[in-house]
Amino acid sequence: MALLQGAFVYLVAMVVAVPLAKRLGLGSVLGYLLAGIVIGPALGIVGAETEDVKHFAEFGVVMMLFLIGLELQPSMLWRMRSRLLGLGGLQVAATTTAILSISLAMGLPWQSALAVGLILALSSTAIVLQTLEEKGWMKTTPGQSAFSVLLFQDIAVIPMIALLPLLAVHQASHGAANTHNGGGLEHLPGWLQGLAILGVIAAIILAGRYLMRPVFRFIAAARLREIFSAAALLLVVGIALAMDRIGLSPALGTFLAGVVLSGSEFRHELESDIAPFKGLLLGVFFISVGAGIDFDLLFGRPATIFGLAAGLMAVKLIVLLILGRIFGLRRADLWLFGLSLAQAGEFAFVLFGLAQGGGVLSAEITQVLTLAVAITMLLTPLGFIVYEKLIAPRFGRRDEGQADEIDEPGSAIIAGVGRFGQVVNRMLTANGHTTVVLDYDADMIELVRRFGVRSYYGDATRPDLLHSAGAENATVLVAALDDREKQNQLVEHMARHHPHCRIIARALDRHHVYELLDAGAHHVERELFESSLSAGRQALVELGAHPFKAERQTRAFREHDRRTLGALRENWQDGGMDKSYVAAARGRADELDQIMQSDRAAERHDTSDRGWVPPSKGDGESD
Amino acid sequence: MHKVLILFAHPRTDRSEVNTVLAKAARELDGVTVVDLYAEYPTFEIDVEREQQRLLEHDVIVFQHPVYWYSCPALLKEWQDLVLEHGFAYGEGGTALEGKVLLNAVSAGARREVYCRNGGYGYELREFFAPFEQTAGLCRMRYLPPFVLYAAGHAVDEDRLEDHTADYRLLLRALVEGRLDLDRAERQDTLSDNLRDLMIQATEVE
Repeated sequence: MALLQGAFVYLVAMVVAVPLAKRLGLGSVLGYLLAGIVIGPALGIVGAETEDVKHFAEFGVVMMLFLIGLELQPSMLWRMRSRLLGLGGLQVAATTTAILSISLAMGLPWQSALAVGLILALSSTAIVLQTLEEKGWMKTTPGQSAFSVLLFQDIAVIPMIALLPLLAVHQASHGAANTHNGGGLEHLPGWLQGLAILGVIAAIILAGRYLMRPVFRFIAAARLREIFSAAALLLVVGIALAMDRIGLSPALGTFLAGVVLSGSEFRHELESDIAPFKGLLLGVFFISVGAGIDFDLLFGRPATIFGLAAGLMAVKLIVLLILGRIFGLRRADLWLFGLSLAQAGEFAFVLFGLAQGGGVLSAEITQVLTLAVAITMLLTPLGFIVYEKLIAPRFGRRDEGQADEIDEPGSAIIAGVGRFGQVVNRMLTANGHTTVVLDYDADMIELVRRFGVRSYYGDATRPDLLHSAGAENATVLVAALDDREKQNQLVEHMARHHPHCRIIARALDRHHVYELLDAGAHHVERELFESSLSAGRQALVELGAHPFKAERQTRAFREHDRRTLGALRENWQDGGMDKSYVAAARGRADELDQIMQSDRAAERHDTSDRGWVPPSKGDGESD
Repeated sequence: MHKVLILFAHPRTDRSEVNTVLAKAARELDGVTVVDLYAEYPTFEIDVEREQQRLLEHDVIVFQHPVYWYSCPALLKEWQDLVLEHGFAYGEGGTALEGKVLLNAVSAGARREVYCRNGGYGYELREFFAPFEQTAGLCRMRYLPPFVLYAAGHAVDEDRLEDHTADYRLLLRALVEGRLDLDRAERQDTLSDNLRDLMIQATEVE
């Protein structure tokens, strides 16, 4: 029950604070942090156990990196290389150097100063990515630049963890270090450790490439959503444990697994399964940061701590602005980039713990710095508010419709890749469009993948799956699910939540057309109508009609049928297939007969048969 | 004020350098309606009713198109075959277009000097357009000579497109405001050779 009580407190704090913060325009991260302050230092509902909660919730960061990995195809990573290595590398190097110099000037031994510099060079992946995504800045140039830097930092954490124990100036107080650099590898000689590390990484890559897909396919065949979710969680937890075992960052391992799986058909399903856990855990993490703020220490030495926090942000901001300028960011973009990364990150908490345990930093310094880091994180959402309210308006707001260099051209989601969806998809891709193909039949996905169609396993009626398939940015949705109800559900969801997206839907029959139009489809195509017309026209030709005559009859038939469909919609909506509907349908059928046979009528200038009609006899010599 | 209808026919707007620019410029003018025929009827299934209604609502009809084989692209010919019906445009009771003005605004591949009695083609472009002129006549419309951009493929390199676009605007505005001297215009080989001389001077109006 204690567990539930704890969960209850955290959930209440979330549910109350976050919507409130969002309503006030503060963003969700600040909401979580404030909620933490309220339930922690302010009301004292939660106490020392927040540290444990925080360690557990750090797993949210691991999951977030898995999700980031899933979003990143290796090719994309390669395209980002100059920003990733250049901008990211220089940011870490320059910030570390700056903070190192300042720390030396303040009288720290060089080892401690280096450790402080490295740790504080990192920014908060959790806060920044969460905010960038929430505000829709992820795909903008500054957003991508910030992302590149964060990615480099996350990777740089790994060598840092390896380096910190070597910087010891005090007697290492074991215990703390073990919790993170855990594992049972210390007793092995160095070369074997290296081998083990390489082995595990190779295993992740190979398993991701060759083993996971058949396994997921097997699980998907069971068609039990919760089992698939369990498998996704198992994968992330398993990799995290394996990495921890060999003393590497779990975040790196899951990131790697994410990248490896980004090309697989299960990408979007995995994404939508993990995303809610990630969101909740990150929320708890932010709350625990807020709850962990030591107000006694803060009010004991407010000048020192706030001074440190402000100084730290100033130093980081200056470095970021200089580098951003060098890498071509200007004006509002430059400020967004700088302000977003000016804080220290959640890895600082982990690394400070490690540094203190390893005898690199004294307990006093880590306490003060940890608090300063928390303050910078608390100030970050304010930075975004400053950007939105003061800076962006001054430089002219980013035009929402303005295409960024990173934005991809119009893309389409194709839900259902049976015979119908396949043809549509082939047409679109042959014309150079990006498509995301979804189907809930793992065998079908397997089949079309063999023919080179990029497709993903998943239930397209799930909002979260649509989200991860890119519904926010899709120009067109082609809804081609076999199941009538699911098809309607899908169209309704898209029409309601993504009104910018054009919906082309396949209907099974005439009444399904009405259902789909009511659900909000922009264009509905009956699946068999066009091919039936085509067969009908060919039959007319075989029966002796001139091919162009047959074509004209086909056009007339199509046009009449289209109008009938529109005319009968009201009857259908009033009472389904009731008497009035049947009567109206009969009337339209008689009318069709007249149109089809009008050519036989004596009157040549009947309005129902226009086009290429010669003038009436005797009218040839006109003026 | 007269209302101008531009029936724009170009099957390859994706490769058009001249006509799409002109059509865009025309779209911005008051009193001018631009209809992209190939966009509206990609399958050549022309809505006769709608097209006739459009004709009724306008006073000046402009066929804007590139010159294809000394004539217009196929859809515009199809448009004529279907829309200019007996009993509507000509023949018994066919007076719907009476008194309206028709002209072609075109881009041509060859240079001005080729489209001459003494040039390579041996005829003025207007002479090649005799079918349009006769069509206008049969429909009791006034036919004006074509507004032409010659050697259209080189217009962009040779910096002629901007001037021509400005002239097009001038012509369309003049048609809307009734400032084009129709009697004089009618007698020219083209409207583009000396467009400015064809305007009714302010003094003449007074």
